[in-house]
Amino acid sequence: MPLIAPTIEDALAPIRDGIMLAAPREVAGVPMEATRALIRKGVRNLHLVTLPTSSLQADLLIGAGCVAVLETSAVSLGEFGPAPRFTAAAKSGGIRIKDATCPALHAAFQAAEKGVPFMPLRGIIGSDLLAHRPDWRVIDNPFGANDPIVVLPAIRPDVALIHAHMADRAGNVWIGRQRELATMAHASAKTVVTVEKIVDGNLLDDPMAAAGTLPGFYIEAVAVAENGCWPLGLPDHYGADLAHLGEYARLAATTEGFTRYLEKYVHARRAA
Amino acid sequence: MQSHACLNIDTAPVRDEELLADVITRVIGDVRHIAVGNASPIPAMAALLARARGGGVPYVSLLQSRKHNFFTDGGRELFDCAGQGRIDVFFLSGGEIDGDGNVNLVGIGDYDKPSVRFPGSFGSAHLYYVVPKVVLFRTEHSRRTLVPHVSFISAPGGNAPNIHRPGGPIALVTNRCLFAFDRQRRRFRLESVHSGHSIAEVAEQTGFDYDCPETVEVTPRPSDETLRLLRRVVAPQLAEVYPQFAAAVFGARAP
Repeated sequence: MPLIAPTIEDALAPIRDGIMLAAPREVAGVPMEATRALIRKGVRNLHLVTLPTSSLQADLLIGAGCVAVLETSAVSLGEFGPAPRFTAAAKSGGIRIKDATCPALHAAFQAAEKGVPFMPLRGIIGSDLLAHRPDWRVIDNPFGANDPIVVLPAIRPDVALIHAHMADRAGNVWIGRQRELATMAHASAKTVVTVEKIVDGNLLDDPMAAAGTLPGFYIEAVAVAENGCWPLGLPDHYGADLAHLGEYARLAATTEGFTRYLEKYVHARRAA
Repeated sequence: MQSHACLNIDTAPVRDEELLADVITRVIGDVRHIAVGNASPIPAMAALLARARGGGVPYVSLLQSRKHNFFTDGGRELFDCAGQGRIDVFFLSGGEIDGDGNVNLVGIGDYDKPSVRFPGSFGSAHLYYVVPKVVLFRTEHSRRTLVPHVSFISAPGGNAPNIHRPGGPIALVTNRCLFAFDRQRRRFRLESVHSGHSIAEVAEQTGFDYDCPETVEVTPRPSDETLRLLRRVVAPQLAEVYPQFAAAVFGARAP
């Protein structure tokens, strides 16, 4: 049975130094409250893998020194410009970057979901990505003739960390149409979830809810984090805090400014 | 950027963004499904304009949108759709774009310690190969961005004949001009120059070689009907995904 954790910190116990941690894309409901808790916990040397891109979450974790290896298709603050801590770390060589392309990450997670060692994907041949990804191979399509195709090894994260609107007490989590959250959970050894609320009843009893529900079977722990995506948005529920994101982009442009940001918004806990 | 909200919505002068969206829509032609990725407000304008003109067709999928996005199978569905040939149009930009149609979204200099780092390749290393009409766009047309050879090929403009590649670039739209791309020759041709810019200026500001015909047209001004659709229909839709952009360009907010 999934643990219904009394605090976010309790739920984050499986996220230890050096693990491979899967993070959702920037618009899928990003567990930002849990991310701040991870930084306070002082987790180090993460292999962070984004499905397939990230924004504030990856930038914060990198800036706070939690990340050793980053596997991603892109990290950017979107309308707020480049992700400053990611950019600085990439230029200084402070983190190792495994550059990918979005569908390659989707395919590699899907391989893990199926329990198969690799997945083929069209494209990529002729891209310099291949030269920097010795783990990606080109084979001849065994069912064709003179048809080279890339194969990608499965990505099996130790822990997927996600946020969703609600869970029930059996640990079933309603993700709606954010289906990549299910892919992350299927592919990962453990999944930790924060939710806006815990509801009575069983989400799998209602066929309308069940289709958008990630079964508790996959879940290690659930904790409540109200407004848990802030300052990012939760699709269908609340939008991003644009003023705050602008403030982040300004402060994080320098190391000193980023330190001030961490002190103000991460280490000094927000008032409940 | 200055807000134009105080101007009369139908008679305000043509904005650069409106001209570029109109150009892109013309280049795309008649299609069934246009998809738009991250950080692409002008291509999103163009896609929504095409849909507004067509009274609901083509299908438009804005990757980051909740409303203008019919996908229900997660982020992978867009790429799965594209791999099958169910997406006709996509847009790519690049920190650098070269004359072979190669795009660089990764960085400049040594890969392990780059002097410039861009966000990353996004979906380019798949979509550029499988989407039949990829429109390149870059609103900074300079020798810094349009270079002889990119430092890092995120996605190449072409491949050897034995590589499965139904898709690729058809055009490059910049703030100064429109280039068409010849896939057989892997070469751009200057197609039209936007009002207020010149052929000589394009030559001065472009770092790669391209074909320049003896006469090059001025890019046509968007029609009054196009401007009406952009300002009254497209702008509020755009504000859902690109609030900053829509507010700055149109003074528009999401409905």
